[in-house]
Amino acid sequence: MLDVDGLHVEFQTPDGPVVAVEDVTLTVRKGEFLSIIGPSGCGKSTVFNVIGGLLTDHGGRVAIGGETIAGPHPAIGMVFQEESTFPWRTVIDNVAFPLELVGMPKTQRLERARHFVDLVGLSGFERRYPGELSGGMRQRVSLARTLASEPKILLMDEPFAALDEQTRLLLGDKVLQIQQELRQTTLLITHNITEAVQMSDRILVMSYRPGRTKRIIDIDLPRPRTSAIVGSEAFGRYVAQIWADLREEASRGMNDDELRRGAAGAARTGA
Amino acid sequence: MSAARRPDQYAPLVGLVAVVTALLVLELLIRAGIVNKFIVPPPSEIITSFERVIVEEDIVHRFLLTATECLTAGVMLTAFGILGGVLLHRFSLLQRACETWIAALASAPVVLMYPLFLVIFGRNAWTIIMIGFVAALPPVILKTLEGLSGTRRVLINVGKSFNLTPAQSFWKILFPAALPTIFVGLRLGLIFALINIVGVEFLINFGGLGQLINELAERYDLAGTYAAICFVILVSVLFFMALERIERWLRPAH
Repeated sequence: MLDVDGLHVEFQTPDGPVVAVEDVTLTVRKGEFLSIIGPSGCGKSTVFNVIGGLLTDHGGRVAIGGETIAGPHPAIGMVFQEESTFPWRTVIDNVAFPLELVGMPKTQRLERARHFVDLVGLSGFERRYPGELSGGMRQRVSLARTLASEPKILLMDEPFAALDEQTRLLLGDKVLQIQQELRQTTLLITHNITEAVQMSDRILVMSYRPGRTKRIIDIDLPRPRTSAIVGSEAFGRYVAQIWADLREEASRGMNDDELRRGAAGAARTGA
Repeated sequence: MSAARRPDQYAPLVGLVAVVTALLVLELLIRAGIVNKFIVPPPSEIITSFERVIVEEDIVHRFLLTATECLTAGVMLTAFGILGGVLLHRFSLLQRACETWIAALASAPVVLMYPLFLVIFGRNAWTIIMIGFVAALPPVILKTLEGLSGTRRVLINVGKSFNLTPAQSFWKILFPAALPTIFVGLRLGLIFALINIVGVEFLINFGGLGQLINELAERYDLAGTYAAICFVILVSVLFFMALERIERWLRPAH
């Protein structure tokens, strides 16, 4: 369904070029839930931007159903990490936004939008503005808006990162339920191991800078899953396995950060 | 919920009581001789002079004249100011070349250039309107630019993810996101325009309320002068109320 082949991204910085992502190759199958996990600074969000078509200056190839894409593609629906609802639109109008763009008549699009509002559990809030909702509810509005465009692939970049742990777990349940209901092909970018294991069929672990594919792990846990699964022994084993991989990378990232901060401090004090 | 709304319901009444109290205090200070009545006339005299000013000075006509000048300047400000801000946002070369000059113009005393405007437009309402317009243009342009430039990157990316055309991206995301800041600019612009319009009417002794204030001040009719100033405030209040209505209609969420 979605193929990423030999992805390579380089950024120009004042200190010279920095390779953010190197030779990342992955395939997301139809109906699959795949997560990409990695330490901070490993280039996860860069991969998100490339697949979403927001970053076009890269090496390698991104293809959907065999067709190479070079920019935003209607088959991909994106849910962003930051709060991204339109504050000047009500919940229903936010969700109806993509339908409005394709020129769907008002009555029809509101009816369709209501279905997705209901799907994310926000019935009764249709006429509210995002400013009147909690962070978790706003993220559900963003999710409903993206789902309303009926994308073939749902691409999410740490959509629950700004939420508290309990809301995050409950929202995870909601996303899983929706994904199962719609058989929605989903690619989730996250740094949260629990979240990744709870939801995914497979997890791609990335190395610290430059971001490479370190390992791909199949998650063989029964479906349908809910957050209740976090207490199971098998779940714990997967979390431990991924943490063992990530620990080394996260430590490298932390050391790198400390070295950089130390060098910046020394430069400031003239030592 | 109703308990939370209560202070809001009483706000206009509290405001009115505060104004009346301030006027009463001023009246007492003037009657007690603490404030010189030849500088500040007693509020009671101002109130009684309203009838005289309305009947003898044709104030309704002058009020409408000043209001029309303000409205014309306001419409021009909205059209050209927002367009200017959009162009500066769209073309970065234009922005780099002009932004500092426009900011400098914002603090320039444009009203002092009235002789030049008189030469260009003649001694008529267009001189007054154009000075009000030019003086008030910079805040509208700069605030529009600020609003458009300050649109959160993620909202623009949402638009890109839905394959929006540049025109769709502008009308469906950039413009509504910038509206709160654009309205700040329009409010500032209208204040600048009103001050300059009344100021020029006063300076060139032509037109509406500014000219009346000039004439009454020349006659040393202090109560009448203050009564005319009250009508200028009324123009300001009416425009702000209208702007607030338009804003609420365009941005119901705020």
